[in-house]
Amino acid sequence: MITDASPAAQPELEPLSETSEEQLLEIAMGPQHPSTHGVFRMNVVLDGEHVVRLKPVFGYLHRNHEKIAESETYLGSMPYTDRLDYMCPITNNWAYALAVEKLAGIQVPERAEYLRVIVGELTRLQNHACLIGFLMQDMGSSGTPLMYAFREREKILDLFESLTGARMMCNYMRFGGCRVDMPAGWLEQAQNVVREFPRFLDEYENLLVSNEILMERTQGVGVLSKELAINAGMSGPMARASGVNYDIRKVDKYSIYERFAFRVPLGAHGDVYDRYMIRFLEMRESLKILNEAMRDIPAGPIVDPKMRIRGFRPKPGEAYGRIESPKGELGFYLISNGSLNPYRYRVRPPSLINLTVLEDLCIGQNVADVVAILGSVDIVLGEVDR
Amino acid sequence: MNLETIKSELEAAVPGCRLELVANPSPSGQHSLRIDAAHAVAVAVCLRDAPGLRFDLCSNVTGIDWPGKQTTEKVKLRKLVDGTQQEVEELRTTTTPGSLEVVYHLFSIEKKHGPIVLRMSTQDRDANAHLPSLTPVWRSAELQEREIFDLFGVVFDGHPDLRRLLMWDEFVDHPMRRDYVGPDDYEYEPTAHDEVLRRANQHLSEAAAKLPSEAVGNQQSETDGNRLSEGGGR
Repeated sequence: MITDASPAAQPELEPLSETSEEQLLEIAMGPQHPSTHGVFRMNVVLDGEHVVRLKPVFGYLHRNHEKIAESETYLGSMPYTDRLDYMCPITNNWAYALAVEKLAGIQVPERAEYLRVIVGELTRLQNHACLIGFLMQDMGSSGTPLMYAFREREKILDLFESLTGARMMCNYMRFGGCRVDMPAGWLEQAQNVVREFPRFLDEYENLLVSNEILMERTQGVGVLSKELAINAGMSGPMARASGVNYDIRKVDKYSIYERFAFRVPLGAHGDVYDRYMIRFLEMRESLKILNEAMRDIPAGPIVDPKMRIRGFRPKPGEAYGRIESPKGELGFYLISNGSLNPYRYRVRPPSLINLTVLEDLCIGQNVADVVAILGSVDIVLGEVDR
Repeated sequence: MNLETIKSELEAAVPGCRLELVANPSPSGQHSLRIDAAHAVAVAVCLRDAPGLRFDLCSNVTGIDWPGKQTTEKVKLRKLVDGTQQEVEELRTTTTPGSLEVVYHLFSIEKKHGPIVLRMSTQDRDANAHLPSLTPVWRSAELQEREIFDLFGVVFDGHPDLRRLLMWDEFVDHPMRRDYVGPDDYEYEPTAHDEVLRRANQHLSEAAAKLPSEAVGNQQSETDGNRLSEGGGR
């Protein structure tokens, strides 16, 4: 038997609006998400596949590095700086040493400057190679590119191990120089690694640069304008991919960088693809610096002989020292009141400040692109949360 | 760039602003410019936009805590004691309120010069710890000012999104202040031991001592029950 149910008796449904609040879905990406490169959370509000809002949540790895350093002697903080950006411990050492040298007016001997440049640029090589590998991993090319990068990183970490005794927590710099000189045969070993590196780069570029899937996923995604990049304090490859011509190695001419011929690659579009290409180009420039530095390194002391490391008390005053670390501008701001430990110790973390624009980059993109955009910023949570 | 010329240029551009050169005795030679809170935003905009200055990159923003000092001095006073004028020595303590200072390091990407250092101070460390936010001028201050608000307790007026950055929202203190004392109960320690156990027990007995005397008898057994022991709870 058929009951007579007239359609007019049913209440009429509201038409679904595309932007109504009920349509939005809020999800927490992280802190356990594998693509966040550590413990980092993004509260993402989605409209379908598209990102409407994105709020980063920091602090999961916060251990108040600055407070600890203020209750520690100047030298005592040196090993702890390794743990900031644990991918590039040596450049962290360098930035801290540079700030203390500015504060106390310490001169660094010639050979130590060359050593610093060599290990600093090796650090940049391994950081950029791995970053590209991680970025590929985030976009789903599971394994291969990352393992290629890790194979090369391994060679550089072996060099660090035979030079400093540690693969990652190097604790290599001292105020006014370096901790140890290179062991016999180290320079030849390093020259071999640098000589072989372009072959790896060629192979890596052939594999990735003209890959259609990669171009689809990265070109035009997460575009950062030049104006916003400057105003939001972007630094390092992140800023240069947006066309900001600012490399602290060129601008400040710290250490001995004015002696080397290298160029500063710049991006034209500021998208994820540019940010990732810029790393390839920077590695090629780093190789030029390395070749020149290894050719020219003079003999001599590696630390200022007049430098008193124990009981080191800089005169009252303050200094801000910064270097071009692989992630961007890494700065240390120190205030001395004439005692054994700094009155104020501040790290200017490039990873954290480069995340200022994360929401601007992600709005309107697909949720899968958030992962690629975050990967292209190049963060290490040890430095973001300090 | 000479800080003196920057100062006179700013004074001409922003009428009424009070600027002060702060010398830095360190060999770094990075002297700084103290600006007043009322004209801070105008000064910042001028530093960013004036064609000769163009400090478009605000690289580093950080806070410094200068706690108040208590000084005691002996003061000789003439007083009436037992009906006669006598000279009496008295101890007088004066307390300065202290301040929280915020430091901005500016560079110019266009002109490739810098740094110049801006400083701003709050009136005290408690109720009046307010400063104008420079985030509307330089976006790069956004997260860094949030961090100062979190760790030092400076309230930035005009900041678009002033929340704690590193500590959790329910946290009440400001850990980077010089007089910050860490907590002495470790509730998050699942099996307290060694130093943590000692301090946790100390905390419990301190809490018991604070209770009124008749309550202690009732409370005592409970406290004993709460008393943590090595490997307890297994």
